[in-house]
Amino acid sequence: MTSNDFSIVLPEILLAIYGMLALLFAVYTGKDKLAGAITWVTAAVFVVVALLIGLGGGGSVDAFHGLFIDDAFSRFGKVGILLAGAAVLVMSYDFLDKRGFAKFEYPILVLFSTIGMMVMVSAGDLMSLYLGLELMSLSLYVIASFRRDSVKSTEAGLKYFVLGSLSSGLLLYGSSLVYGFAGTTSFAGILSVVSVDAPIGVLFGLVFIMTGLAFKVSAVPFHMWTPDVYEGAPTPTTAFFATAPKLAAMGLFARVLHDAFGGITGDWQQVLAVIAVASMFLGAIAGIGQTNIKRLMAYSSISHMGFALMGLAAGNAEGVQSALIYMAIYVTMNIGTFAFIMTMERDGQPVTDIASLNLYWRNSPAKALALLVLMFSLAGVPPMLGFFGKLAVLQAAWGAGLVYLAVFGVIASVIGAFYYLRIVYYMYFGAETDPLDKVSSPVTFALLTLSALIMLVGIVNMFGVDGMAALAAEALVK
Amino acid sequence: MDNVLSFVTFLPTVAALVLALFLRGDDAVAQLNAKRLALFATVITFVISLFILFGFDASDTGFQMVEEHSWIMGMKYKMGVDGISVLFVMLTTALMPLAIWSAWDVKLRVKEYMIAFLLLETLMLGVFCALDLMLFYLFFEGGLIPMFLIIGIWGGKNRIYAAFKFFLYTFLGSVLMLVAMVAMYIDAGTTDIVQLLAHDFSSETIKVLGFNIVGGFQTLAFLAFFASFAVKMPMWPVHTWLPDAHVQAPTAGSVVLAAILLKMGGYGFLRFSIPMFPVASANLADFVMVLSVIAIVYASLVALVQEDMKKLIAYSSVAHMGYVTAGIFSLNQQGLDGAIFQMISHGFVSGALFLCVGVIYDRMHTRDIDAFGGLVNRMPAYALVFMFFTMANVGLPGTSGFVGEFLTLVGMYQANTWIALVATSGVIFSAAYALWLYRRVVLGDLIKESLKAITDLSAREKWIFAPLIAMTLLLGVYPSLVTDIISPSVAALIDNYHAALPTDLVVEAASH
Repeated sequence: MTSNDFSIVLPEILLAIYGMLALLFAVYTGKDKLAGAITWVTAAVFVVVALLIGLGGGGSVDAFHGLFIDDAFSRFGKVGILLAGAAVLVMSYDFLDKRGFAKFEYPILVLFSTIGMMVMVSAGDLMSLYLGLELMSLSLYVIASFRRDSVKSTEAGLKYFVLGSLSSGLLLYGSSLVYGFAGTTSFAGILSVVSVDAPIGVLFGLVFIMTGLAFKVSAVPFHMWTPDVYEGAPTPTTAFFATAPKLAAMGLFARVLHDAFGGITGDWQQVLAVIAVASMFLGAIAGIGQTNIKRLMAYSSISHMGFALMGLAAGNAEGVQSALIYMAIYVTMNIGTFAFIMTMERDGQPVTDIASLNLYWRNSPAKALALLVLMFSLAGVPPMLGFFGKLAVLQAAWGAGLVYLAVFGVIASVIGAFYYLRIVYYMYFGAETDPLDKVSSPVTFALLTLSALIMLVGIVNMFGVDGMAALAAEALVK
Repeated sequence: MDNVLSFVTFLPTVAALVLALFLRGDDAVAQLNAKRLALFATVITFVISLFILFGFDASDTGFQMVEEHSWIMGMKYKMGVDGISVLFVMLTTALMPLAIWSAWDVKLRVKEYMIAFLLLETLMLGVFCALDLMLFYLFFEGGLIPMFLIIGIWGGKNRIYAAFKFFLYTFLGSVLMLVAMVAMYIDAGTTDIVQLLAHDFSSETIKVLGFNIVGGFQTLAFLAFFASFAVKMPMWPVHTWLPDAHVQAPTAGSVVLAAILLKMGGYGFLRFSIPMFPVASANLADFVMVLSVIAIVYASLVALVQEDMKKLIAYSSVAHMGYVTAGIFSLNQQGLDGAIFQMISHGFVSGALFLCVGVIYDRMHTRDIDAFGGLVNRMPAYALVFMFFTMANVGLPGTSGFVGEFLTLVGMYQANTWIALVATSGVIFSAAYALWLYRRVVLGDLIKESLKAITDLSAREKWIFAPLIAMTLLLGVYPSLVTDIISPSVAALIDNYHAALPTDLVVEAASH
């Protein structure tokens, strides 16, 4: 039994062993000289593990008496998280190295937070949920303040830590309420309690758990930290924040809501719908005035989380499927966009002012074109793939009878389109200013173009992601 | 040739890819190559599209040359044409070479300019060929991107404002349509237009926020589609993006915008609104007709006082599109025939008028009417061409403009005499602003010093105008060329429309 349990969590264990060995090895040998090698090896390990998980057996099993679940849903989430993590790692190294803080801890911290995320999407119990969440968050707090000599980075780390701890506290409080009234921490146990008759205490706990999770996906009204942390943290960290943890938190959200509270869909549907509408609109409206592209991307991600939550709010398998499709597309777009942001520099210094993109296409037509595709895709303009993500969540919301949610969603998407268009405007028909440096960074260029190509070519068959998401959703929503 | 439609649609994209990937540099040779390749590609597209026209069987009112493949998320890649769409396909392929050729003197980023137009052609053709709801939306909205860039990069002084206004205005209109499309998909379980045309959408009265919505789902969906198509047409009072976009867009952009992009709205009414939501169409026809005649009269009056030539023609487009919408919603054979005819005719005439403005703008770099006068003394050929299209715009018998206006007015008269009466006044107004424009720009003595050295049409410009003049005359004296193709499909559309109406509405519709 035990050996079987361990074979189920083998990917996580392998990663953890690798992480500790790499840490020891680096400490006792070359230290920061090894940063580059460790970054690439870690990324390679991510990809290998992602392949192992993705190509591994199907079915749905659980380990340690339901603490840890391995099913199509968790595999979908893990593959996405690992690939996103690998992409962020490889594109970060140049940026960090150039600024002299390519430390070997960085990839290792990313690795540990990734393990946390993998536990999150596999959680089958409030205990493992919290374990994964904290493993992820603690590592993220550190890499947010990774640039120790920068006030902003330190501030970002501190802010994230204080607010993150608060949300963890809320989540724990909710968990203890649920445990107290349901008598169990396992999702399956909670589900069997609430499907008979949900005690008010469980509902109370559910609200607190949702609050904690909404903080992690940075949904309104728990989004306050996002712009500051995105702006203050070093760009590679921001890129990481915007991708893998969002996917993991959304996965966990879906997991908790369906595995533990699937019987009381009506009770959380309204909450999610309100959060979704608020996020879509706040993200769309508050982004308009931003001049810093990292802050802009923060608001953009708030808005996108609103759309993904709209899918979840549908409360059925189509809803989960659409949210997963949405997240997969969102992560791909953000990787490309941040690969671009990392190369924005003038006289060797990183710049984040949007106006510095003025007439960018004259210097680098290929990169400008790729970013143009990504911007229209983020805005949800067809024929880019981003549109299909929006379409999927709209269909799910309408199918579940949430008509007003669909209408609000499309209106918010028009408002949000403005700031994506503004970036295109600066790049293609802005005023003459000092051009940005021409940075030759093959890795970021490759990721940027790849991401843009996926947005265009993906419309042919979505690379089968919709089918995989459907399998994942079926596994989750029984 | 089973997949001729896809072939024609995507041929320009292939050319755009070739340009993007293989053409390097921005020197004179590269520019010339870019222009030649784009022109060549559009001409070939036109030639191949002739197979569509000649292979088309007008007596068959169903969809022809249908291609169908399964696609993602329950959608289909399905293309096909019927009597309503085939001529729009032809209009697009025929005008694109002329638009490209008219941009021969562009100096800024020629390669990218050509790529934008080639992509735009694909998206426009896709709109008219698509037989899947989402595929249609994809092309319909996708067209915004190249047009946004064309206005924004190669436009005039105030291009940024115009580009944003164009994009956001039309985007807002379209997303409501998207919601309606999602609703239709969930209601009917398919996005296949052919199946949706046969699907009976509910017209039971429903209650929304305490309001009783007569016509229920049909009315709401109709209004959502209307939001999109009315902006695209553009109809009063959501026309305000058009004058800005036209004034700022480069000449070729204006031509494509006026000649083809505006027709998507009318096409949408014919393809979706009327056949899919017949009850709502019957209920709201009067409302749309009233908006249309307001557009005819109001836009004509506004056109009278314009000082910018392009703006004047833009308002004239709004007025002419008013005839189209009024014709469509008179919901009878003459009205619909006339509306389609008017759209085809307006494609040639308004495109030519924008080219006429482009000719003198290229020489003088101004579009102010006051800056011109007496051009006939230096530019006799130009004066002739301009006069011809002015007359066609006014609707002089013998030109295609007359047939369209006459048929739509006949249709309107059958539906509502008063509407027809007011709309007819537009004919007089259009003569007023068009002739007055012509007098101020072309006639009189050449007194302005700056105009003393202006040159007449070049050979290239003459060759661009020649096919437009030929088509305008041909359609004016022999309109059956168009009506023979569209009438059977229109008749079928009208029959289905009447068949779909519940009995109490049929009486009312018959009295129309």
